[in-house]
Amino acid sequence: MHRAFCWLLAAFLALAAPASFAADLAPLVRGLGAGSYAETEKAIAGLAETGDPAVVPVIEALQAGDLHVRKADGAVVVAKRAGNGYALTDPLTGAALGEADRNAVEKIRINNALRRTISATLGALTLMSPDANTRRQAAEAVFKSRDANALDALNTALAKETDARVRRAMTQARASVLLAGDAPDADKIAAVEVLQERGDQDARALLNGAANTGSDAVKDAAKKAIASVEQRLALWGAAQNLWYGLSLGSVLLLAAIGLAVTFGVMGVINMAHGEMVMIGAYATFLVQEAFRQWAPGLFDFSILVALPVAFLVSGAVGVAIERSVIRWLYGRPLETLLATWGLSLALQQAVRSIFGPTNREVGAPSWMSGAFELGGLTITYGRLWIVVFAFLVFGALLVALRKTWFGLSIRAVTQNRSMANAMGIRTARVDALTFGLGSGIAGLAGVALSQIDNVSPNLGQGYIIDSFMVVVFGGVGNLWGTLVGALALGGVNKFLEPYAGAVLGKILVLIFIILFIQRRPRGLFALKGRAVEA
Amino acid sequence: MLTRFFLMGLDKKAGVLLTVLAVLAVAVPVMALGTAPDSPWHLSTHTVALLGKYLCFALLALSLDLVWGFVGILSLGHAAFFTLGGYAMGMYLMRQIGSRGMYGNADLPDFMVFLNWTELPWYWHGFDQFWFAAIMVMLVPGLLAFAFGWFAFRSRVTGVYLSIITQALTFALMLAFFRNDMGFGGNNGLTDFKEILGFDIQAASTRVGLFVATVAALAVGYILASAVVASKLGKVLIAVRDAESRVRFLGYETDRYKLFAWTLSACMAGVAGALYVPQVGIINPSEFSPASSIEAVIWVAVGGRGTLAGPVLGAVLVNFGKSYFTAALPELWLFALGGLFVLVTLFLPKGILGLAAQLRDRLPARATVSAKPADQKGV
Repeated sequence: MHRAFCWLLAAFLALAAPASFAADLAPLVRGLGAGSYAETEKAIAGLAETGDPAVVPVIEALQAGDLHVRKADGAVVVAKRAGNGYALTDPLTGAALGEADRNAVEKIRINNALRRTISATLGALTLMSPDANTRRQAAEAVFKSRDANALDALNTALAKETDARVRRAMTQARASVLLAGDAPDADKIAAVEVLQERGDQDARALLNGAANTGSDAVKDAAKKAIASVEQRLALWGAAQNLWYGLSLGSVLLLAAIGLAVTFGVMGVINMAHGEMVMIGAYATFLVQEAFRQWAPGLFDFSILVALPVAFLVSGAVGVAIERSVIRWLYGRPLETLLATWGLSLALQQAVRSIFGPTNREVGAPSWMSGAFELGGLTITYGRLWIVVFAFLVFGALLVALRKTWFGLSIRAVTQNRSMANAMGIRTARVDALTFGLGSGIAGLAGVALSQIDNVSPNLGQGYIIDSFMVVVFGGVGNLWGTLVGALALGGVNKFLEPYAGAVLGKILVLIFIILFIQRRPRGLFALKGRAVEA
Repeated sequence: MLTRFFLMGLDKKAGVLLTVLAVLAVAVPVMALGTAPDSPWHLSTHTVALLGKYLCFALLALSLDLVWGFVGILSLGHAAFFTLGGYAMGMYLMRQIGSRGMYGNADLPDFMVFLNWTELPWYWHGFDQFWFAAIMVMLVPGLLAFAFGWFAFRSRVTGVYLSIITQALTFALMLAFFRNDMGFGGNNGLTDFKEILGFDIQAASTRVGLFVATVAALAVGYILASAVVASKLGKVLIAVRDAESRVRFLGYETDRYKLFAWTLSACMAGVAGALYVPQVGIINPSEFSPASSIEAVIWVAVGGRGTLAGPVLGAVLVNFGKSYFTAALPELWLFALGGLFVLVTLFLPKGILGLAAQLRDRLPARATVSAKPADQKGV
């Protein structure tokens, strides 16, 4: 794969580069096949001097042992086995030169001294590459290999470098080489400082090496640097945990917020809530299938289309459930719990019968895949969007409940059902729509969760207990409680994980909630007054 | 006097149920051991074990009815007590294997040898004695229930909140028992049992013995539960179910009454679990799953909450249905179970026995509306 890419690159460069340039290289390449090792080395040095990236594939071919001399005319070619003979290509242009018998070509042999020259040359050439990313990768490679041969190339490259990021990478690579080799103490101490600034796991490993082997001055510097690096790492570790906690918390928030509406506002225990999430995820799957079928070019927008679809589908299922089952059970919360549990079983089985028990593939749009680095943190775009999305949904729900007529009706019915009824609010309709709203939000959660979890009939089961814990912990009837509950539980879970392990951490959180409920039977943000006993 | 205490709770329903149990206790051994294998009356070992399993579930349902039907505590974690009892029995059975395991270690069960443990964990000591295991079967679930109930009832956690934390309890236990370091066999649980009290656990006669023991346990459990319910204490329990605050204001310490019923119920569930394990031959952490607890609730609901006999009937019927469906129409089982949940809560709030009672009330005089039972608030 890599090789094929190199050839493509070579072909591309050969096309792009001016013909005269390639012509200049040709005699040098021919020199590779001149015969003795010394002559080959001279030719390599000549090629390296040109600093032309087109040289890279030629030298890589030499390294791989693919470079041959055609006996007939002494031309240097790349020969690959094809059937009984070899398929020949031009090393610079990549143009096919026909096939040749096995005896018609002779391999250009290399020895260990040459191999070292080759790798140093390659390193230097990539360090000089016109592409900043290639240069940075080359510098990182040197950083990892600590190859002393690369030092000269690194110095030359550093002198010419203008890009600040690449420069930093090169300085660090140079420091790692210096620290590993036998440089004077002053240089080593300077290198220690550079590495201290880098401050990651690799730097710590290098510094540890220096702290054990160097002279006393270097040892002291290295030890100080290690302490500082470790402090920094601990800080970033905490930040990473915080981010994971936030990420988990936002997932919990998404899953629980719909439940907070149905449970908190209506006092209805909806055990089928997880299945609403699952239906939202399957709606995403169907929307994506439709996009794949009819508009593959617009696939990146499929998630945006899936959001309203999932909201409507889950919401409609929710309204149907409320109208057919739950409205007969108001005031009997425990029986609602049983009935909705039954519905959840039936819904799971229905989805299993329709879509099969296996996981369904839901793709991520390009703007949700990949990751970026923020200091010592690696943040994936998918997670970042979910955090943003969770807060957007939360905000939207808050606004809907506070500022709209519908929200006003919901609050009125929550506070005093009969009075609201007397004031002309159609409570039955508000009930149905509230339940639909809670279920619709669960559907939205399903769209988000389809990006990070397996879309299977059991998707919802994994979240239902956690969501209940969040709502109960945060306090029923208070959306802010749900927010705080979700973030607190997510954070605590992730901070416990490194010490206790994932499973034990979760058990501890559950025990914590059980004990917490004893202290505050109605959650963190409990409703006060008459509503409590209603 | 004690006899009177135990017998006063028995009514006509109880008479029928106990008679059925007595008939089973005689008929099943005769049919399983006394008939030729090709006779149409013959019961295979498999069927005996299956019947025994149903009756274990019936005992679990009975224990759940004691707290849900009479005290109004809907436990979504009763399977936790059932499974703990099962694990206590499983540990005894594991120790009975001795050196006949795969690794031939006389002291350590196979899975510990596999994990390179060299010593028996402290909590496994004593389980080589049957009497110790038999005590633990009731003591462990009982203590857990006592501690849990002590905190929960004292801080007046009620209704839905209580249900949800019982669910959290069983969920936490499930996660814990899935861990290998817990020393309970992790994922695989405890299995591969060889003998119980010196009898080969696979033998037909042992299976029949276990079945008879289950029948006896169910009968004793039933008599005990109905005695409790019919006693003065039972009246207080029912009053707590119907109007807890009022009972409290009348001067009763309701949390103590609840705690008693709750702990007793957990012990009964533990016994059910202990009888279940040797008959199915395995116990693993998935028994802790909240789903199995909720399934037990539906047995009670189907049979009729607060009737004691109803849950026994419900457990047997639903599990018979489950065995039938999962074999014949596996796709439809969850639909059937889900539908059962919905239909029973919507149309049969008092279960089968409640429906029967209603019909009986209506038959003689259709015009008179039967007196409605006390409104069960918050249930």
